[in-house]
Amino acid sequence: MKTLEELQAIRETMQKQLNVRESDGNNIRVVVGMATCGIAAGARPVLTAFLDEVNQHNLDHITVTQTGCIGVCRLEPIVEIFAPGEEKVTYVNMKPEMVPVIVNEHLVNHKIVTEYTIGAAE
Amino acid sequence: MEHIRSVTRPPHTEGDTGEIATSLNDTQFYHHQKRIALRNCGFINPESIDEYIGVDGYTALSRILTEQTPPQEIIDAIKASGLRGRGGAGFATGMKWQFTADAVSDDGVKYVCCNADEGDPGAFMDRSVLEGDPFSVLEAMTIAAYAVDSHQGYIYIRAEYPIAVKRLQIAITQAKEYGLLGQNILNSGFDFELELRLGAGAFVCGEETALLVSIEGKRGEPRPRPPFPAVKGLFARPTLLNNVETYANITWILNNGADEFAAIGTEKSKGTKVFALGGKIVNTGLVEIPMGTTLRTIIEDIGGGIPNGKKFKAAQTGGPSGGCIPADLIDTPIDYDSLTAIGSMMGSGGLIVMDEDNCMVDIAKFFLEFIIDESCGKCAPCRIGTKRLHELLCKITDGNGTMEDLDTIVELCYHLKSSSLCALGQSAPNPVLSTLTRFRSEYEAHVLEKRCPAGVCKNLLHYEILADKCKGCTLCARNCPADAISGTVKGLHTIDQEKCIKCGVCMDHCKFDAVVRH
Repeated sequence: MKTLEELQAIRETMQKQLNVRESDGNNIRVVVGMATCGIAAGARPVLTAFLDEVNQHNLDHITVTQTGCIGVCRLEPIVEIFAPGEEKVTYVNMKPEMVPVIVNEHLVNHKIVTEYTIGAAE
Repeated sequence: MEHIRSVTRPPHTEGDTGEIATSLNDTQFYHHQKRIALRNCGFINPESIDEYIGVDGYTALSRILTEQTPPQEIIDAIKASGLRGRGGAGFATGMKWQFTADAVSDDGVKYVCCNADEGDPGAFMDRSVLEGDPFSVLEAMTIAAYAVDSHQGYIYIRAEYPIAVKRLQIAITQAKEYGLLGQNILNSGFDFELELRLGAGAFVCGEETALLVSIEGKRGEPRPRPPFPAVKGLFARPTLLNNVETYANITWILNNGADEFAAIGTEKSKGTKVFALGGKIVNTGLVEIPMGTTLRTIIEDIGGGIPNGKKFKAAQTGGPSGGCIPADLIDTPIDYDSLTAIGSMMGSGGLIVMDEDNCMVDIAKFFLEFIIDESCGKCAPCRIGTKRLHELLCKITDGNGTMEDLDTIVELCYHLKSSSLCALGQSAPNPVLSTLTRFRSEYEAHVLEKRCPAGVCKNLLHYEILADKCKGCTLCARNCPADAISGTVKGLHTIDQEKCIKCGVCMDHCKFDAVVRH
């Protein structure tokens, strides 16, 4: 059982973690779509690849997590990256072999891999 | 007739600048949407109560329980918001809460239930909400229980949704650990226990009375109303039953105010509606739009138009209970009353787009087949009537239909509507009636000319090879699965109509457009 104060404390901590865009830290949130549509399209190995790759590079400031359906089911697996002060980036039709490229380019060198993004998918 | 333009620009680039959109937020697909029920879907981790709390989750419930808000105040807020049931029928949610709150239970027991038995073909709105944001439904049900004075709830969910079931189980466990569900919630003295009940895959169990008897462990068959569930529902006690998407709107309304919600949408349909876009459309997926958005915006701007340069023919809403909206009504605003007025219905939110290659008689037949499979068989009009209706449609697609059959169909539809026991049978004729009204010429082509204009009904098709175009390349003969094509190299090929199974493979393979279909 949590008290109201404890709930409020959780809320404040989580708000900071979730609102990466407004934060001034170096936190980055990697979110993998893991609803039925995402999993059916192969999101599970993509999530695992992100977790492995982030671990290997010891990127402690990066949170990798799952989420529900974002709506564009036909472009699953979808991965979205939230970084401080930036519009989120949406990567689509993800495959595990694309993960190291995104980790190296985007997460380490802060360069968006344009050819994997939603705009390039058409 | 107005036609949808084919796609000329990539729908996910920013039209004006030509720049590539790297974020979903910068796409046409996203611009026209407004997310209330789906506000957290695709953002938070659905298996973490902490993340839900981080997006203002459980603020509404903790406020209500600490301030001991009078239940009537909550019900009045829901009424003022104008929220209507998102399961399809569109009954005012606040009224339903009021009826359940006012109902007297002899032993004081009342129930709060959630209908997650989403069964319309092509619909997956509720699944997405439960997979993406299960806590919002749990919080809303707890608030509903407080408002109507109930202490036990059930979520009736179909077993075909294993991920949604798993996430709901995780959510219930976490909410109990945090003291946000179960006994003495947040030390307020208010108790609410919640359990899952899995449906065994019967479509009729999405009907409210059938759903409730199924929770009781009995055979899922509907019963006549009244009494309505709000008066006498589960285990003969007053029961509040709402759809998943309805619940997903509740905490948003309580946190942002009923006025804010009522400001979105049309005069009689407030807020937003989630649609599962499917069929012949570029951007298939899940969209949430303000009520009153036109079908054109959904199909052209959000959906990105029809693939392969084909023409838009109709949109089907409401699944097997709904109807078809033809291309000339594409500027109809999407809300409960406008859709009913044109012979379709809002339904739970499946929106299937059809192009010129879809035969409307065949579509009506498809939905009727579904209904025949899913009719529970309790009442004769639905059990026998839908079967007879299907036979009449088959007669037409086989090329044996008469004009009298069309009249018989209309008459039969009328009887089905008026005498079936539950909504399943009462609405079963809708796809037939709406296609027959809106696309009568297509039915007449089948009957009078023995022709299927869309080229779908096999018994009415006829493939032929044009003598002046055939080069004798043998490609058609080599690919014909029925060995129905004969001819020598560089000589004219012919199709044996007796053997032809009308699969169209010859037409697909011919490089000289020599194969034609009548």
